[in-house]
Amino acid sequence: MDAKIESKPGAVKNRTTVERASDREVIVTRTVNGPARLVFEAFTNAELFKRWWVPKSMGMTLLSCELDARVGGKYRLVFDFDPEPAAFFGTYVEVKPYSRLAWTNEEGGEGGPVTAVTFEEKGGKTLVVLRETHPSKESLDAAGTGAAEAMIETFDQLDELLVALGESSGQ
Amino acid sequence: MVQYMTTRLDTSFAALSDATRRGVLEQLGRADASITDLAEQFHMTLTGMKKHVGVLEQARLVSTKKVGRVRTCQLGPRRLAEEVAWLERYRQRWEARFDELDKVVEELTRKEKIDGRKNRK
Repeated sequence: MDAKIESKPGAVKNRTTVERASDREVIVTRTVNGPARLVFEAFTNAELFKRWWVPKSMGMTLLSCELDARVGGKYRLVFDFDPEPAAFFGTYVEVKPYSRLAWTNEEGGEGGPVTAVTFEEKGGKTLVVLRETHPSKESLDAAGTGAAEAMIETFDQLDELLVALGESSGQ
Repeated sequence: MVQYMTTRLDTSFAALSDATRRGVLEQLGRADASITDLAEQFHMTLTGMKKHVGVLEQARLVSTKKVGRVRTCQLGPRRLAEEVAWLERYRQRWEARFDELDKVVEELTRKEKIDGRKNRK
């Protein structure tokens, strides 16, 4: 058997799994090291959200981010696109503090994909299950390409953050 | 027939059990590449990458052709290869996000601990 190749020896990382539950549905799971309350906060507080939602490896720059995480509240993310900025926006349809969050994706018109996230805390860690339900198979197929095409798994940004955090923790 | 199917499945699963090989499929889902390109991208020796491509080729997830001195790889004829490439691309995007989220949550947790200590004074 081949030896396992680790991308980052020594770094403790939880697994991210992706599963196509149906032609129109994809489920992403990941355990985050922290209580559900703080994970939920990172999903709903704009200042925190913009620090992780658009990793550098996505090749996109976030110009602005507004989140009004209440049922019926809107969110709006504006990205620096060529030739002009592009906005991604929608409405929160479910907001249950620390356990459940769902929003619509309306940039492609009405009846776009719906994203639902559940947060389940166990022993100080939180299992995040994110389910994207698309209106059609074509819509979901396209979600794997497009802007994400530029996505290359680099850990540069992670490293930078670690260095910055290390400095700010006052050692 | 059943025996044949089982062997084929074993070959597929074995081929897909390795993160580098899934990464190679993801890469080839975007564009064909030479073994040299792939070796560079995955920071491997040419021999190491040849082995991985060989395993994928055996499972018919990848096909290769030699033009001149360069061996070019592309996704194989099976639908499975496309599906795995799609899933892996999707997974990488979310993994990058969650890696950043981890940092944010770790920092929040640490801050709370420090604040908690201050409040007890």
